[in-house]
Amino acid sequence: MKKLSIVLLVLFSSQLLAAGGTNIELQSANINLENKASLQRGAKYFVNYCLSCHSAKQLRYSRTGKDLGISPELVELNLMFTGEKIFDGMTISMRPKDAEKWFGVNPPDLSLIARSRGADWLYTYLKSFYIDESRPFGVDNALFPKVGMPHVLSDLQGLQKAVYKDVELEDGTVKKVIARLEIAEPGRMNEKEFDKAMNDLVNFMVYMGEPAKLERQRLGWKVLMFILVMFGIFYFLKKEYWKDIH
Amino acid sequence: MSEQVVDKRRRLFLTAAATAVTGVGAAYVAVPFIASMNPSDRAKAAGAPVEVDISKLELGQLIRVEWRGKPVWVLKRSEQSLAEIAEMTDILRDPDSNESEQPESCKNVGRSIKPEVFLAVGICTHLGCSPTYRPEVAPDDLGPAWKGGFFCPCHGSLFDLSGRVYAGVPAPLNLVVPPHEYVTETKILIGSSGGQA
Amino acid sequence: MSRMLKSALGWMDDRFPLSKVWNEHLAEYYAPKNFNWMYYFGSLAILVLVNQIITGIFLTINYKPDAKLAFDSVEYIMRDVEWGWLIRYMHSTGASAFFVVVYLHMFRGLVYGSFKKPRELVWTFGMIIYVALMAEAFMGYLLPWGQMSYWGAQVIVSLFGAIPYVGEDLALWLRGDYVISDATLNRFFAFHVIAIPLVLVILVFMHIVALHAVGSNNPEGIEIKKHKDDKGVPLDGIPFHPYYSVKDLVGVAVFMFIFALIIFYMPEMGGYFLEHANFVPADPLKTPEHIAPVWYFTPFYAILRAVPDKFLGVVAMAGAIFVLFLLPWLDRGVNKSIRYRGPVFKASIYAFCISFIGLGYFGMQPVTEVGTWFSRIFSLIYFAFFLLMPFYSNIGQDKYVPERVEEK
Repeated sequence: MKKLSIVLLVLFSSQLLAAGGTNIELQSANINLENKASLQRGAKYFVNYCLSCHSAKQLRYSRTGKDLGISPELVELNLMFTGEKIFDGMTISMRPKDAEKWFGVNPPDLSLIARSRGADWLYTYLKSFYIDESRPFGVDNALFPKVGMPHVLSDLQGLQKAVYKDVELEDGTVKKVIARLEIAEPGRMNEKEFDKAMNDLVNFMVYMGEPAKLERQRLGWKVLMFILVMFGIFYFLKKEYWKDIH
Repeated sequence: MSEQVVDKRRRLFLTAAATAVTGVGAAYVAVPFIASMNPSDRAKAAGAPVEVDISKLELGQLIRVEWRGKPVWVLKRSEQSLAEIAEMTDILRDPDSNESEQPESCKNVGRSIKPEVFLAVGICTHLGCSPTYRPEVAPDDLGPAWKGGFFCPCHGSLFDLSGRVYAGVPAPLNLVVPPHEYVTETKILIGSSGGQA
Repeated sequence: MSRMLKSALGWMDDRFPLSKVWNEHLAEYYAPKNFNWMYYFGSLAILVLVNQIITGIFLTINYKPDAKLAFDSVEYIMRDVEWGWLIRYMHSTGASAFFVVVYLHMFRGLVYGSFKKPRELVWTFGMIIYVALMAEAFMGYLLPWGQMSYWGAQVIVSLFGAIPYVGEDLALWLRGDYVISDATLNRFFAFHVIAIPLVLVILVFMHIVALHAVGSNNPEGIEIKKHKDDKGVPLDGIPFHPYYSVKDLVGVAVFMFIFALIIFYMPEMGGYFLEHANFVPADPLKTPEHIAPVWYFTPFYAILRAVPDKFLGVVAMAGAIFVLFLLPWLDRGVNKSIRYRGPVFKASIYAFCISFIGLGYFGMQPVTEVGTWFSRIFSLIYFAFFLLMPFYSNIGQDKYVPERVEEK
């Protein structure tokens, strides 16, 4: 039994490494949907930096305003720039064909990205761009190698360069892998500020993936309490009737 | 089976409590299912206010705008029509629009904010057909007293150019005037009554 | 008031056997008095079936079975429809809950010998229900039209292509197209919302009628009908209503608590109930890096992958399900309940459970050499458990089996 569990453990951990494709460890984002201020900042980063190429068509501006506590006037002023109506979803005007010409791929709709990739992946991804002159946009991503996306946040973060280390593979060959990323040219934010900004952005994207999430969690415990009361009554009812049997 | 005496009152009480809690639970569960059949956010989005530009609207011209999936008419009336409207009270069912639906600002003879520009939901108050616009005076089918207005082809209801219903026709009420406001001199926002967007 | 009710009931009974049905199946259906917690799962399965049907109807109101609209219509339900998210999660969690409950229900039958004479048909109807349920779940999983929906369906339908001579034509006929497409989605929708649910309801009815004809088994494996009082009531039986109806309510409350906990706090269940890749719309040009069926199919999927030949793999997978049908005739044991079975049988049950769970685990993982070897060993144990049963099931059984349910 013990042997089996060791085998399982080895199997599992080796798969984790294989699945990532890189040796960059995921950094955990601090998700808190109750933090309206963080969500509002995240929304602003999203519309300013992501929404020019990526849509979030499932999310309506009106819903965002309502859930994040932003009045419709402020939503129009701060989040909407291209003449949409407040009830519209967050769409973009870039045509998929043009996008494919410019980036090689069509930038995916981001409505559900936090649900398919996970918050930690997004957080790490956003922080993992580094200079690589061989790529079309002069940057690559340590978590998502050969990424088709330019580093749109470079004015905030600055540019990072990769520091490599040598790793010996099982067959004896030596391979260069990225050890860590370092700031090469500073941006408008220092590292801490940038981390916080990205955390806000990812927080917003988690909200975007499931706007009802907060409502769901707030309702949940009330339902559970009710079922608990129900259980109590049913339990005593059963005991009362089963006095006949024993 | 057992020597214990059955406590009938306790049993009855617990049964009642169980029935009650099940009933309350079932009612709570029913709420989301029933509510899910209400208009969704998308349907509400389709009901968003609609902007219409009237700068090119000519005298006597009627344009149709879709609002909440219904036709809304925007009509520009002449001075003469307005004068005639003011005088037809005796053949109308509800000339002062006491029973009919319109914003407070339109509860006047012309049923409009600006006298010449008339807006109405183009749905007959009888059974929901859309009346036709009949601006011509005294046509053969509507008789010599006809000063222009709306005629419902389904059951023959008649309305004047303020959407007020004639007496003795099937339609019970005047045409509905939707809430609207002037954003500029020539732009109307239908579905918005000022202040709340 | 009660006199009026009585005469109304009399009027009814003259025209429809209301009291008769009530008595036969509830008030005068005598169930053994020694049911334990494993006997909750039958009534819970009915509860989940009702949940699936009701939430399913309300999802159908807003869902669009069209390859261009399906994915967005599910998100429309999740976002724009009032309470749509709750109804959808009740349905998606209900699908997994159905299998949890049914697997436990089947396990109960296995260990207490509830499939043995005279209950062979109860087991057979139950097995048909299980197969219908798998078809229902499989087709339902295509409907959200995400990446997993699409590629999962692609793989499973392609399995039919492994059948010699007719396979490719059969797969084509099932899809109604050369790949999974709008045509496939539309027909799976029809099967999922009406055809299979109807079959399921009829089968559940037959399952219960067959059970009530022969009477329920119990953890001791005693036939309570052998000892009756002078009115013909089994001495160890108690009326299902009110005793087991109130007892089942307790099980229902516990189940609902866990069910609600999942719906409100972990509807994705870490990617097991709602797979992450299914939040990406179906893309016929791009297969996800790792595709795995939903957890309830993975034991059979692992058996499929354990066999290095395409056709034989499909045969093994189908055989793994088919062999369950034969259980009543494979088991030659005299005693029913595991409590009085021989040590070999007891050990076999353990080995079987470990294999089944092990297969389920490896079916979810990407293919690795070690995983494949484990799957092969577990598959062998799985088949050996059934096919060798005629030989080992009678070894070393207890001579003593109580005649009556004993007071503890």
